[in-house]
Amino acid sequence: MSADFLKELEIQRGYLLRVARLQLRDAALAEDVVQDTLVAALAAQSGFTGRSSVKTWLTGILKHKIVDAIRRKQREPVAASTLDDEADIEDFDALFNERGSWRDKPTEWASPDDALSQRQFFEIMEMCMEKLPPNTARVFMMREVMELETEEICKELSITANNLWVILYRARMSLRECLQLNWFADGRRA
Amino acid sequence: MKTVDRILGHLVSCKDVTHLLSEREDRALTSFERIKLEWHLAVCKACMAVEKQFRVLHEAMRRYRQ
Repeated sequence: MSADFLKELEIQRGYLLRVARLQLRDAALAEDVVQDTLVAALAAQSGFTGRSSVKTWLTGILKHKIVDAIRRKQREPVAASTLDDEADIEDFDALFNERGSWRDKPTEWASPDDALSQRQFFEIMEMCMEKLPPNTARVFMMREVMELETEEICKELSITANNLWVILYRARMSLRECLQLNWFADGRRA
Repeated sequence: MKTVDRILGHLVSCKDVTHLLSEREDRALTSFERIKLEWHLAVCKACMAVEKQFRVLHEAMRRYRQ
C-alpha cells in the first residue's frame, strides 16, 4: 500500500497547495498547512478506508488545518477590519440601472457541459478565484470547497450571517462575470 | 393575464433576484421569497439565464473539489 499511497499523496499535493494558497493568500503558510496535512495523512493512513476518494479524504484533513491557521491569523486585528470592508463595498451597481434592472441583459452560456469537461475551463476558474479580494476568496473557498456550514464560517471569522451572505454573493457574481468574460464570451470555445 | 404576470414578476427587481439566487445556496428562503423569485423568473429571460449560470458555477465547484 505504502508506495501507491505516497504516490497518490504526491499527485494530490498540487491541488491541496492551490486550495490552501487561495484561502490563506500566504504561500509560506500554505506550504506549512499542506505539509501538516500530508504528515497527518501518513500517520492516519490506516484511517483511510477507501470509501471516499483520497482527494476528498485529504481535503477533509486540510479543512481542519486551514481553520486552525485562520484562527491563529484572526487574532491579528487587520484581518477582521478587511473582512468588513469587503462586505461593505457595494459595486455590481454598474450591472443594474436605478430600478435594479439589467443594463446589459445576460444570455445563457453556450455549451456549459462542454466547458465542465475541459481542464482549461478549471484553470480559468482558478484564475478567476485568484482575482477575488483575499477575504472574499477565503470565505468562498470555506463554503464551496471545504463545504463548511454557514454557521461554522460565521463563528470562525466572527462575522454576521448577513455579512456572510453578502460576501458569498459578491464572490459568485464576480466569478460569474469573470467566467463570462474569459470563457463563455469567447466564441472559439463555445 | 399578461398584466398580472408582469406585476407579480416585478415584486422583486433583477438585482434582488441575483441576491436570492445566491442566498438560496446558503440559507432557506422564506416561502414569499421563493414565490417572488419564481414569478420573476417566469417573466424575465435575463434572470432565467443567470439562474442557469449559477447552476453551472455550482456544478463547476462540485467537480473542482472531487
